[in-house]
Amino acid sequence: MRLLGFGILKGMAVTLENFVRSYFDRDRRHHLFTKEYAWEPGAPAEVLPARADTTVTAHSRNFPILLHDGADPMGGIRCVACQICERECPPQCIYIEKDYDEQGKYIKRPAIFDIDLSVCMSCQICVEVCPFDAIVMDSQFELSTANRFGGLLQHRDQLLKSNEYYHRIHPEEARARDDRMAQEKAEKEAKQAAADAAKKKAAEAKAAAEIAAEKSKPEPSAPTAGGAA
Amino acid sequence: MSAAAATAAASYSLVRQPAMETGLLEVSMGPHHPSTHGVFRMDVRLDGETVVALKPVFGYLHRNHEKLAEGMSYLASMPFTDRLDYFNSMTNNWAYALAAEQLLPIEVPERAQYLRVIMAELTRLVNHTSLVGFFLNDLGALGTPLLYAFRERERILDLFEQASGARMMCNYFRFGGLRCDVPEGWLARARAVVDAFPRFLDEFEKLLCENEIVLARTQRVGVLSGAQAVNAGITGPMLRASGVNYDLRKVDRYGIYERFAFRVPLGSAGDCYDRFMIRLLEMRESLKILDAALRDIPTGPVMGNAPRVFKPAASETYGRVESPKGELGFYLIADGTTKPYRYRVRPPSFINLTVLEDLCVGHTIADAVVILGSVDIVLGEVDR
Ligand code: SF4
Ligand code: SF4
Repeated sequence: MRLLGFGILKGMAVTLENFVRSYFDRDRRHHLFTKEYAWEPGAPAEVLPARADTTVTAHSRNFPILLHDGADPMGGIRCVACQICERECPPQCIYIEKDYDEQGKYIKRPAIFDIDLSVCMSCQICVEVCPFDAIVMDSQFELSTANRFGGLLQHRDQLLKSNEYYHRIHPEEARARDDRMAQEKAEKEAKQAAADAAKKKAAEAKAAAEIAAEKSKPEPSAPTAGGAA
Repeated sequence: MSAAAATAAASYSLVRQPAMETGLLEVSMGPHHPSTHGVFRMDVRLDGETVVALKPVFGYLHRNHEKLAEGMSYLASMPFTDRLDYFNSMTNNWAYALAAEQLLPIEVPERAQYLRVIMAELTRLVNHTSLVGFFLNDLGALGTPLLYAFRERERILDLFEQASGARMMCNYFRFGGLRCDVPEGWLARARAVVDAFPRFLDEFEKLLCENEIVLARTQRVGVLSGAQAVNAGITGPMLRASGVNYDLRKVDRYGIYERFAFRVPLGSAGDCYDRFMIRLLEMRESLKILDAALRDIPTGPVMGNAPRVFKPAASETYGRVESPKGELGFYLIADGTTKPYRYRVRPPSFINLTVLEDLCVGHTIADAVVILGSVDIVLGEVDR
């Protein structure tokens, strides 16, 4: 005969087992405790966790930052203010203004680059569309501020982080990106060199042809010696 | 009865109002009610405790998803699809990528195909475990099953985070493949999670399936017949719980599903218990698929030869996948520009919700909560 309440007792056995095991099962113990975020409160933002059990891994992303090469943020800024990311950002939280020098000439860097983190949805589309590898995702989670309105509006100088910082937070991704950039650069240079060589050759050929033409004018019967150059 | 009481009763009957006597009680459950899984309202008319009419009211979470997508490039609405059914961002991504890949054919590399299947089936595990947990929560088993479910879900979300950078808003699929490959060691970690999962399912079944209270509260409650389900356009586990054998993974064989051996569990009664059991059984089948996929996955690129700017020629298409909640479809009309002319989502939980009144009428209001839980809705998808 089926004992009424047997199923309930069976269920209670499961909960009891879980309770007891939570003290002994290493795997469960690890998973039963709340994990903390990466940065200890008060630690400088550039310090990365040494702890293994953080939820922030080398792969997590939250908000975009701008990268610069070298020590001087504005000297090495990679962004050229092409505004592709501004156009593509799905919730339209990027605002860019181009920078001009005194003569009104565009100098390929942003005068204003604002990202409203209260609107940003951490989607990484800006990173993907940027043709200059200028913008990448950060993993800084401790961003709360007391100011509701402007507090999360990040300006260019707050967004600028060094490439070394990027290597620290996303080592694998950063290495891959650097490798690809180096490769692209090499390809571009090779192409440029090839183009230059071709141009030089064409120019030489043209010059030679001109010389030949010059020579052939006064003395139509003279042989065109320069033509073979 | 004393004389005084009799007179009181008599005088009471004198002032009775006929309109009140018929006494249907109207209750507005929600929009902020813990049982409604988000911001959703049920206007319920009750005769005593029995539901005589029920009107679902939704739209509280409307975010203009479709119109927004028509104003931005094809790629830019990919992250918005994550936010439709925020439990299953991977399958949402897949449905949208599938539709877009029909507009502009791009060959998806082998490894990406396998990873897509792995991600989709992990998503199914996430969805079904949490659904069972929430369902038991609605039944009054506060906490325990839900926390067990979330404990397991956590491991899968960790996998998602390592692969895509985010736990829930993954934004991982691209037209022609995936955004990036999984990091080193990921497949081994996924394997460990998949291998440990059956133990959890055993435990879960032991905890719940024979529990007399669960049986009493769910069997013969909210019965949906197969014919009614088909007529209403119900899809997913809810349809299969009513005994209709229809699973897009078998019907459409999108992706590489024809390579995997798995069965489609079917219910017979179409009640809440069947809907609950179907989810547990489907998880076992998902594990089989995961097992095979993790074994066979090749190495190679994860992104096909996609153009830098996605600009399909004028055409229209409908792409659909079997999301954990049912048939999720994207209907796209391209007009030759970089933006879709029309972008329409067929959300499974919205359409599954349309039979809610038929399921609830005749049951008590406490059962209405259980029935809603067994439908498995996510308001982000219902309201869009
Ligand atoms: S992560 Fe997404 S939402 Fe945030 S700035 Fe980049 S494109 Fe915009
Ligand atoms: S971050 Fe990249 S895409 Fe955006 S403006 Fe700068 S260079 Fe252009």
